Amino acid sequence: MIEIKNLSKIYFASGQEILALDDVSLTVQKGEIFGIIGLSGAGKSTLIRCINMLEKPTRGSITVDGRDITLLGQQELRLARQKIGMIFQQFNLLSSRTVFDNVLFPLEIARVPRPEAAKRVQELLELVGLTDKAGMHPDQLSGGQKQRVGIARALANGPKLLLSDEATSALDPQTTRSILKLLKDINRQLHLTILLITHDMNVIKEVCDRVAVIDNSRIVEVGDVLEIFSNPRTPTSHSFVNAVISREVPVELLHSSTERSGGTASKLIRVSFIGASAGKPLISSMIRRYNVDVNIIYGNIDRIKDTPFGNLTLEVLGYPGLLQEALDYLHGQGLEIEVLRNA
Amino acid sequence: MLDFLGDNSWMAGAVLLATWETIYMVLTSTVLSYLLGLPLGIILVTTAENHVMENRSLNRVLGSIVNAARSIPFIIFLILLIPLTRFLIGTSIGTVASIVPLTLAAIPFVARIVETSLKEIETGLIEAAISMGANARQIIGKVLLPEAMPSLLLGVAITAINLVGYSAMAGIVGGGGLGTLAYYYGYQRYEDTVMWITVIVLIILVQGMQMLGDNLANKIVHKRR
Repeated sequence: MIEIKNLSKIYFASGQEILALDDVSLTVQKGEIFGIIGLSGAGKSTLIRCINMLEKPTRGSITVDGRDITLLGQQELRLARQKIGMIFQQFNLLSSRTVFDNVLFPLEIARVPRPEAAKRVQELLELVGLTDKAGMHPDQLSGGQKQRVGIARALANGPKLLLSDEATSALDPQTTRSILKLLKDINRQLHLTILLITHDMNVIKEVCDRVAVIDNSRIVEVGDVLEIFSNPRTPTSHSFVNAVISREVPVELLHSSTERSGGTASKLIRVSFIGASAGKPLISSMIRRYNVDVNIIYGNIDRIKDTPFGNLTLEVLGYPGLLQEALDYLHGQGLEIEVLRNA
Repeated sequence: MLDFLGDNSWMAGAVLLATWETIYMVLTSTVLSYLLGLPLGIILVTTAENHVMENRSLNRVLGSIVNAARSIPFIIFLILLIPLTRFLIGTSIGTVASIVPLTLAAIPFVARIVETSLKEIETGLIEAAISMGANARQIIGKVLLPEAMPSLLLGVAITAINLVGYSAMAGIVGGGGLGTLAYYYGYQRYEDTVMWITVIVLIILVQGMQMLGDNLANKIVHKRR
């Protein structure tokens, strides 16, 4: 759906060059929800704004639905933009217009005949659950309702791609969840590709299929959300994941250990389990098969998009040979094992 | 009601006529100055850096012309424009003739007032419209002007009030209206009553225009909340 190749953006501010994007390449598949996460100033906002040319890239190409958007003329670009919806952190609704007329706005721009446009607005308001607010003005709505209007407006011209620029960052956690659910629903119902940027790993966790981590103007890691959560490879990804899921083992536990009888060894391990394996009694069957003892240090279970995802920190005690076999057994069952301490 | 005027009851007619002349001059020149000043203000905003019709050299040229025109005191402007007024109207005396300098003096003022109102629009709104594929005309007509409407209406009131003051100055050089009345009778013939009545009528006029502007602006703002 989107193919970004070697994209760079340089700003000139008070005589200085500022590199906002440094050779970014990225592919977003049709129908997926793709998240870009980064701290403020990392370049994510510039990146998403390049995709509909609100920012002109300095170098590189951006192909949206088969066409390089950086090469389009003014008129072609305007037509292309009508098929790329965008929602904003500050909603950007027109206070001079009612909810109905705000959703009508992009249809006016595209010169859709009035009766057809009015019908379309009704459908969209129904989709976002605001039929009863049609005659109100944006200032009379809550933040969540405003963003629903923003979503309805972004969908008016039937786009194939929706860009979300920190759309939930101005909302409270509960409203954020309901807006994310709406995004997930329209992604499924309308087969809409969604590219969102956020600084909140919860947003990635709730809705995204894949994620790119941007740091200091560069993409440092791209992958399935589950993969990044279970095995973050860069320090930046690590800290984002830790912000949502506690993976750190307290230092004292790394150095202390349970008393054990002679000849046995102990290992402190972290087991990550994803999806179906989260439902199987693998730990207890390991204990029975290999005659090991297990001391549960820490555990949690979470949901990433629609997949259960869990972490267990265990101290496993047993005879060295059996201990290793026990870990191999878990690994063989599809669990991710990380040894934190050997003793 | 006009008993207190005693033998001077002729004043009532003179004041009424002069008031009408002032209103006529002010309203006509307000309308005419917006015909040119509004587009000029829109161009000043939209040709600025990073706006929808960015054109920095045009912006700079227009900005300088507006500033130059605004730096000429109105009383000098009046005299400077006498040949032009004669050419256009056939005379430089009277109400209709005054409309020429009043309008021309108000145009750069209107342009700046409009510019200020339109600059208040958040860039996010303009970007949202751009992201939907709007062209510059659509952004001006559907975003800038409607969003700035309350502020624009207050600008109209300020312009009209300014023109009340200018029209009085025009009156002194024979422009008609309350200015002429106050000058001929109040100043040259020492008729203090006429002077005071003129002042009171001017206060009421200005008050009325401001209230009208405020009311219209508030009504729009209120409807949106």
